[in-house]
Amino acid sequence: MRELLAQAWAIAAKDLLLEFRSRTAFLSALVFTALVLAIFNFARDPTAVSAADLAPSVLWITFSFAGVFGLNRAFALEKENRAIDGLLLSPASRTALYLGKTAANLVFVGAVEAIALPLFALFFNVPLLDVLGPLVLVIALATIGFVAVGTLMSSMAVNTRFGEMLLLVLVLPFLVTPVSAGAEMTAKMFAARPFAEWAPWLRLLAAYDITFVVLCTLVFEFTLEE
Amino acid sequence: MPIASAGSPALQVAGLVKRFGHVRALRGVDFSLDAGDSLAVFGPNGAGKTTLLRVLAGLLRPDAGTVRFGGEELVRSNAAHRRRVGLISHHSLLYDRLTAAENLVFYARLYGLAEPRAAAARALAGVGLEERAADAAGTFSRGMVQRLAIARALLHDPEVMLLDEPFSGLDQRAAAKLRELLGRLRAERRTMVLVTHNIDEGLELATHVAIQVAGRFASLGQRDGDLAAYRARYAEATAGA
Repeated sequence: MRELLAQAWAIAAKDLLLEFRSRTAFLSALVFTALVLAIFNFARDPTAVSAADLAPSVLWITFSFAGVFGLNRAFALEKENRAIDGLLLSPASRTALYLGKTAANLVFVGAVEAIALPLFALFFNVPLLDVLGPLVLVIALATIGFVAVGTLMSSMAVNTRFGEMLLLVLVLPFLVTPVSAGAEMTAKMFAARPFAEWAPWLRLLAAYDITFVVLCTLVFEFTLEE
Repeated sequence: MPIASAGSPALQVAGLVKRFGHVRALRGVDFSLDAGDSLAVFGPNGAGKTTLLRVLAGLLRPDAGTVRFGGEELVRSNAAHRRRVGLISHHSLLYDRLTAAENLVFYARLYGLAEPRAAAARALAGVGLEERAADAAGTFSRGMVQRLAIARALLHDPEVMLLDEPFSGLDQRAAAKLRELLGRLRAERRTMVLVTHNIDEGLELATHVAIQVAGRFASLGQRDGDLAAYRARYAEATAGA
């Protein structure tokens, strides 16, 4: 177990160092996030739709698509010099590879979300500080589920033509649950509804995470077969 | 066509078959090497040489046949088996944006080596790149990348080295340096399988020679002739291929 975690950590640290050196995907995701938030903000007719009604959906749509930038780069960087062969030749288990990639993706998507959240509050003028704790919990849970599935799909899509497009097609159906649950809970939080009203969504999200983290970890090794 | 060997062979391959759809890349490859033997496999493009190495490395699952290291059958999921092999392929398997040292430290960690930094420093010194340890691999010349790839492949001290066209794209000086490195590996009695188009380079390192055509070994045996004899044999085996 210790060896597995050490290998997963080595892979995650390497991925994050590579992203830190290039910052390509991170900056793309941030620019995309700012653009989506700005477009939704300025395209909205404030007399027809209030910011509070629109904000939760916009937040989760932004997170989902910005997250795909991170997922795309997860295995794309292993195509360089066929580095993936180096990983597969090594004694590191496929589980370590999956966990390492997932951990790096979580940090990547988490960092984008951490910057996007204040921007979101700025554009939509929502009472972010009042609900910050619970909202961060919901975002963390949804991100874990989304990244767990997305990392698996990324390994499947990377060697196909139009892999970036395919990843989106593969991952979108699996986003329905975390995005719906996240948007529902965010709306109820901003409307100051009691916890009991959004607790079922939280349970659904937790169940989704457990199911897909376990399932994806088990299935991952089959996606790497040539 | 097994090469006769007395004890338990370091590498034994029997009846290896690999298909990609309806294309049969390997059509029953057999050979056996003792520790310290080096087999040079010559063959034209599309003969299945790279496929053979990828199967030996455990990167591809054969459709039939077995690969044994020291009498033990290769199981791809077995981490201990993967530790026994080092591969130098067409590609460096390195990250251009990481420095030479960072690349090796990363692999040392994957292999669970006790002191990754010290192991990386030793490996870099072994290929004469210690002064470029802090430079990004992407800034290296082709010859330096190849030396770094060798350092990566040797980092975990594998018993069997697999080399896929190691001289391709190298200038004379870099090729000479590589020959010297591979000669050292041979002196250390590592078992090597080298696939190449280049008969001159391959023969210099080989104790055994095979000519692979259309997924099969058309000839296999100990190196016994001179360069001209092998050139003639190669031309004959590959005529019409």
